[in-house]
Amino acid sequence: MITLEHYLVLAALLFSISVAGIFLNRKNVIVLLMCIELMMLAVNINFIAFSFFLQDLAGQVFVFFILTVAAAEAAIGLAILVLLFRNRGTINVQDMDAMKG
Amino acid sequence: MTFELVLFYLFGAILLGGALAMISVRNPVHAALFLVLCFVSAAALWLLAEAEFLGIVLVLVYVGAVMVLFLFVVMMLDINLAKLREGFTEYLPVGIVVALAMATVLVLVITRYITMEVPERAGPEYANTEALGAILYTEYVYPFEIAAVILLVAIIAAISLTMRKRPDNKSIDPGKQMAVSREGRVRMVAMPSEKKKAPRRGAQGSGANAPDGDDDPK
Repeated sequence: MITLEHYLVLAALLFSISVAGIFLNRKNVIVLLMCIELMMLAVNINFIAFSFFLQDLAGQVFVFFILTVAAAEAAIGLAILVLLFRNRGTINVQDMDAMKG
Repeated sequence: MTFELVLFYLFGAILLGGALAMISVRNPVHAALFLVLCFVSAAALWLLAEAEFLGIVLVLVYVGAVMVLFLFVVMMLDINLAKLREGFTEYLPVGIVVALAMATVLVLVITRYITMEVPERAGPEYANTEALGAILYTEYVYPFEIAAVILLVAIIAAISLTMRKRPDNKSIDPGKQMAVSREGRVRMVAMPSEKKKAPRRGAQGSGANAPDGDDDPK
């Protein structure tokens, strides 16, 4: 029998792995975006699990909207990335210092 | 151990393994493909939690559209992989420490304080898509419309960000066509009318006997 803890622990581990991914790949913007997608997947697993165990469909509606916004975010993020590469010739995070930050 | 639990552990192991591989491989194309693997196994887990519609949407939208977009961008950009990998081993310890601390705290909280009884499985007459649609188009219709507008904004933003004018582009601009005036195209020049000239004597040596001399450049 799958319990709620199974899903929540799995999502917590997935979230931790993606946090580690953000630390490890901190120069490559594409992999950073992928890690953010993985984080959102972990959150969505939590939503789905609570939706099932509470027998309430509102959680699934939220996942639906999160998927919509995440798709929009990925499209705009990748467009900005293409623009950045076209103008600067690199996607290294450390080269993005035009504002002297 | 029930068959459901076996499936859960199988797809959960694939999910975590794919995530670990994704953050550690060298090539971003491989990372994108491992992320696809993660999404597919997560969709299987969602099916186990009776979220059939969203499981299928995850495969169709994420694997079919978003990850293809990622792969397209990764392959289009000519990036220097060796330079982007600098500092990987340098940040490895701190990444592992942060991830382990976070995972420990989360797992402790979850296993100690959160528990819920397992509900009955829905019967074969239950349709997840139908139930989701029934509340999506009634109770959540306003957020649904906003989500549609957000997608429209994303389309327009992505296109307008990446579109550029190429110098060798021969497409026409209707706005410029409409703005054309007669003065910009035709110029009337006042000049006296000319008479037909007689054939010149000097031109006979080089050319054949030209009928009239008005085709020689001056």
